[in-house]
Amino acid sequence: MAEKPRIGVFVCHCGLNIAGVVDVKRVAEEAKKLDGVVFSTTYVFMCSEPGQKVVENAIKEHKLNGVVIANCSPSLHEKTFRNAAARAGLNPYRVEIANIREQVSWPHEHEPEIATRKAIAVVRATVERVKNNMTYIPYEVPVTKAVLIIGGGIAGIQAALDVADAGYEVYLVEKSPTIGGKMLFLSETFPTLDCPQCIETPKMTDVSQHPNIHLMTYSEVESVEGYLGNFNVKIKRKASYVDFDKCTGCTDCLRVCPVKAPNEFDRGLTKRGAIYMANEQAVPLVAVVDEKYCIEVNFQKRVKAGKVKPREKPVCSKCVEVCEADAINLLESNEKIVEVKVGAIIVATGFELMDMKKLPEYGGGEVPDVIDALAFERLLAPSGPTAGVPKRPSDGKIPKSVVFVSCAGSRDPEHGVAYCSRVCCMYLAKQAMLYKHAVPDGRAYNFYIDIRSNGKGYEEFVQRVREEGDLIYLRGKVSKIFRKGDKVVVWGADTLTGQKVEIETDLVVLATAMVPPPEIKKLAAKLRIPTDEYGWLSEAHLKLRPLETVTAGIFIAGAAQFPKDITDTVSQASGAAAKVLTMFSQPKLKREPIVAEVDTEICAGCGLCKEQCAYDAIRIDEKKNISVVNEALCEGCGACAAVCPSGAMRLRNLTKKQVIEMIEVLTENY
Amino acid sequence: MSELKVTESNLEKVDEVIRISGQNIYSCYQCGKCTSGCPSAGLMDIVPSQAMKFLQLGEVEKVSESNTPWVCLSCFICSVRCPKGIDIAAIMEALRLMKLRTNFDYVHPNKIQEEEREILPPIAFVSAFRKMTP
Amino acid sequence: MSTKIPYYPGCTLKSTAKNFEDTAKLVASKFDIEFEELAKWICCGAVYGLSSDNVMHKVAPVRNMLRVKKAGGERMVVLCSMCYNTLKRANLYVRKNKDKLDVINAIMYLENATYDGSVKVQHFLEILRDEVGYSNIKKEVKKPLKGLNVAAYYGCLLLRPKEVAIDNVESPTVMEDIVKLLGAKVVNLPVKTECCGSYQTVSQKDIIADRTYLILNTAREMGADVLITSCPLCHFNLDRRQDIAKERHHDFEFMPILYFTQLMALAFGFEEEKLGFEPHFVDPRPALKERGLL
Repeated sequence: MAEKPRIGVFVCHCGLNIAGVVDVKRVAEEAKKLDGVVFSTTYVFMCSEPGQKVVENAIKEHKLNGVVIANCSPSLHEKTFRNAAARAGLNPYRVEIANIREQVSWPHEHEPEIATRKAIAVVRATVERVKNNMTYIPYEVPVTKAVLIIGGGIAGIQAALDVADAGYEVYLVEKSPTIGGKMLFLSETFPTLDCPQCIETPKMTDVSQHPNIHLMTYSEVESVEGYLGNFNVKIKRKASYVDFDKCTGCTDCLRVCPVKAPNEFDRGLTKRGAIYMANEQAVPLVAVVDEKYCIEVNFQKRVKAGKVKPREKPVCSKCVEVCEADAINLLESNEKIVEVKVGAIIVATGFELMDMKKLPEYGGGEVPDVIDALAFERLLAPSGPTAGVPKRPSDGKIPKSVVFVSCAGSRDPEHGVAYCSRVCCMYLAKQAMLYKHAVPDGRAYNFYIDIRSNGKGYEEFVQRVREEGDLIYLRGKVSKIFRKGDKVVVWGADTLTGQKVEIETDLVVLATAMVPPPEIKKLAAKLRIPTDEYGWLSEAHLKLRPLETVTAGIFIAGAAQFPKDITDTVSQASGAAAKVLTMFSQPKLKREPIVAEVDTEICAGCGLCKEQCAYDAIRIDEKKNISVVNEALCEGCGACAAVCPSGAMRLRNLTKKQVIEMIEVLTENY
Repeated sequence: MSELKVTESNLEKVDEVIRISGQNIYSCYQCGKCTSGCPSAGLMDIVPSQAMKFLQLGEVEKVSESNTPWVCLSCFICSVRCPKGIDIAAIMEALRLMKLRTNFDYVHPNKIQEEEREILPPIAFVSAFRKMTP
Repeated sequence: MSTKIPYYPGCTLKSTAKNFEDTAKLVASKFDIEFEELAKWICCGAVYGLSSDNVMHKVAPVRNMLRVKKAGGERMVVLCSMCYNTLKRANLYVRKNKDKLDVINAIMYLENATYDGSVKVQHFLEILRDEVGYSNIKKEVKKPLKGLNVAAYYGCLLLRPKEVAIDNVESPTVMEDIVKLLGAKVVNLPVKTECCGSYQTVSQKDIIADRTYLILNTAREMGADVLITSCPLCHFNLDRRQDIAKERHHDFEFMPILYFTQLMALAFGFEEEKLGFEPHFVDPRPALKERGLL
C-alpha cells in the first residue's frame, strides 16, 4: 500500500456467538487506537444487509483503503465483504477477515477476558496485514463448454441429463459395463415403492439416446490435467474384446460361455460367464468379456508373455463362433485411451457396502445365509434371481423367518465407521414389507438402535410397516451370529424390556455400513481433490459449498460425498449440474488472483516449490533457471512460499513481510 | 417401582465409578451390544446396557445393590465388542470394588461345601476370592 | 541343541492340571524345547486387576517377570490361559504407565533389581505356531488321529482384550490348525470364544453348568467327539461340572475335555500312561479307544 493507510475495523457480535464471550466494544475501541486505523465500529450481525451497508458507507465516508472484518471464519463470509467493498468502490483484495469466532470466542467460551485480549491481538495483526495488501484484479480464463461426469449411477445420470438438456456436451464415464449404479440393484424404493425399472431405466435410455451425451461405459479416468474451464482428460476404454457398435445385445454368446464367474449384479448369489451383460436392462445393451476369467484371453496373454507356444486353433472361441454380428475378437485387446477436453468435472462415484469379512462376530461372510442388504434386494427384485420370492443361498428354501440387523459396521468407531449410514433404517422397513408380501406366513425381525426416518414421507412409511405388523422391532445391537444346523442363530437384545434375545432364523440380512469405493483414493489423487478420514470426497464447505470441491471446476454429487438416499442424491446431482451450467453461462471465467508469484531476480530455480505443489501449477524454466507459476492452476495454498529457501516465492497479500509483521504483533507480549 | 430422580448429588457419585474404572461412562449411546452378547445377562437384575444408563443418570446404588456386578464373569465380550471401546467389565469391577472396600465378602471360604473344597482347583479359589472378597 | 525357555507354571499346573504341564513338556521335547521352570515363581493373582486406582494386584505378575529378568531371561512361556492373560496385561500396563512401574518397583525393593517391561510373555500355542511351525509339528505325528472329531475351545483369556489376543479376537484358528496337523477332523465350534463361567464355579455352580451345557451341546450338535482347551479353569468347569449340567438339562450328553497338549502328545506317539487321563471326570479313554487311538 503506497498511500497512507486508512483502515476501517468492523467487529461483529454474531448475535451472542462472539459478543457473549468477547467484549466487542472494547475490541473496537482498541482497534481505533491503532496506527493507520481511521474508523472502527461494531454491529450485531455484520453479514446482514444493514451490516454490509455499515461497511459500504464507512468505506465511502472515510475514504478507507483497507478493511478488517472481525467475525467468523473467512470460508464463510470473506466473499460477502469483498463484494460489499467492491460495491463501495474499494478493491476487494483490500479486505481481510480477523476470525474471532471459530478461533476466539468458541474455543475460549469460559474465559471472556482472555478471549477479548486474543480478539484484540488478532485484529491488530490483521490490521498490520491489510496495511501491506495490494490491489489485484481477477484473471479471466476461457471455458470449454463440456463436462466430464465420473460415475454412471443415478447421480451421474441425472447430472448428465441436466447438463445435456441445457445444450452442452457431456462425457459420462462408467467403470462397469452398464450405467444405472446401485439403484439398479434395488427391488423397490422407499417410501413410494417405485421400482427402478419404472423410474430409473427410462432415464438410462434417455442418456443413451441423448445427442449431447457421449456414454463411455467400461471405462475409467486415466489422468486429468489442466484447470478450471480447461481440463484435459484421458479416459481408458477398458479391454472388452467386444465391438460395442456391432454388438446387438442378442445374448447368444452368454449361453455358450463355459466359464462360471460370480455375478456382481446379484452380489455373487448367481454365476455369469466370462462374457456377460451386466443385466437385462443394461445400457448400453452389449456384452463384455471379463479378462480375468476368459480362457482364450488368458491363453493369448500367456502366449504374448512367452510362457506358452501359440496354437493354430483357439483354446476356446465358443462366443466368437455364435456371434452373428461378428462383434467379438478375443485375440487382440481393444483397450484404448481417449482424450477429451472439458471445462468442468462432476464426480459421482457412489458408495460400496462394507465387506462382511470385517464383521467376524456376524460370521465374517462365511455363513451362507447371512447376506448383505443389496443381496437381499436382488432376492426381492422381480427381475432378480428368485423372481421376487426370496430363496436362501444355502439350500434354496424360502426363508420362513428373516432377521434384519441394523448398524452392521455403522456407528461403530472401534470396529467399523463412526457415522450413521443414513438409509438402512428405511430400506430395512421396506425390505420387511416386501418380504411379507412375498412370504405372507414369514416372520421378520429388526434389531435396531434408533429408527432414523428423517425424510419426506419416511416416518409415515415406518409407522405403516409397524402398524401392519410386518416387522417386529427389537431395540438392541446384535452381538453374535452363527450357523447351527440349517438355522442361523442371532444373539441380540431388546434394551427397552431389558432382555437378551436369541432368535433361530432361516436368513439374516446385515445392513452393512456404506463405505467409499476402494478405488476412490486413486481417483481423488488424479483429480487433486481431498477426501475425508473415511475416503468420502471432501466438499469445499459442508454447509455453504456442499457441491464444490476445493479445486475450482470440480464438483461432487451423490453418495461420493457421504451416504445419502436417492432423493438427496438426485437433488445434489441437479445442483452440481446447475453449478456447471452457471460456469458455462459465462463467456469467460474469473479466477482468484490471490495466487503465488515469483520474484525472478531472487529465484534460483531450485525446484523445491515444484515438489510441494499439489496442483502441478509450478514448472521450472530451464533456460532462465527460475520457477514459473501457472496462475490458472494455482489454488493459492501457499505451500510453495513456505518452502522457498530464498523468499523468492510468495503468496500475494500474504507475503513473508506480512506474516512476520503479524507474528510480531501477536507475540509482542511474550 | 420407584421414580427416577436425576440429582446433582447422585451424579457426583458416578465420578467414583469413573475414577476406579478409568472409563468414560458417558460415551455409551445405548446400542445394547453388551447386553446382546453377555453370557450372564439372563441372570442379571439389571442388564449391562441398562446399568450403563442408570450410571449416566447417577443411580450408582441401584446398580451396585443389584446382582449384576456379582454374576458378571469378567469374560470381556462386552468390552471387545463395544462400539465405543468402553471396558464395561472394568466398570463392573469398579462397582464390585466399591462394595468390597467396605469390607464386604460376596463369597466366603466357610460357606463352600467340604466336597467342593476337595475338587476345586486352586485357580478357582484365587480368582473367586480376588474378584469377590476385599 | 535344545532351546531353553523360562517357564512360568502357575498354581494349578502343579496340582489339578499337572497332566497339562506334563504333556506340554512332552510335546516341547519333540522340538528340543526345554521348559526351564522359574526358580522362585509366585502366584500371578489369577485375574488381572481392572481398577485404575490400585496397583497392588499388578505387583505379583510384575514380580514374576522381574525374576525372569533377574535370571537372565528375556521371555517366559505360559500354559495356563489365566496366568497368560494376567501376566501379559500387567506387562503391557507397566510398559504404558512408567509412573506406575516406578511405584511397583518401589514396592519390590527387596528384589534388589528393577523391572523395565522388557520380558516377553508368550503362550505355548504362540511358540508352537510362530517358532516351531506347523510343518515341524506335522513331521512329529506318528499316530494320526483318524476318525476323531475335535472341537477347539478358546474361552476368554487367550483372546480378550484385543491387545493380548494370541489370534483373531472373534475367529481364532490356531488350535484348529494344529488339530488338522494331527490328522483329526476339525469341528467348527461357533461358541469357541464364549465364557465357561470362570470363577463363578466357586459360589454359583449353576451358572457354570448352563455355560457347560451351551458349549458342549453346541459342540455335540456340530459333531464333536471331544473338546480341547488350554485353560485349567475352563477344563475344570467344562469337565467337572458336566454332572450338574446333566441334572439341569436332560438332553445333555457327556463329552471328554482334553488339553490340546494331551491330544498332541497322543498323536506324537507317547504312551497312554504319560498322557494323564486318570484325573478326568469324563474319561476320554473310551472315546479314544473306540476310534482305535489307544
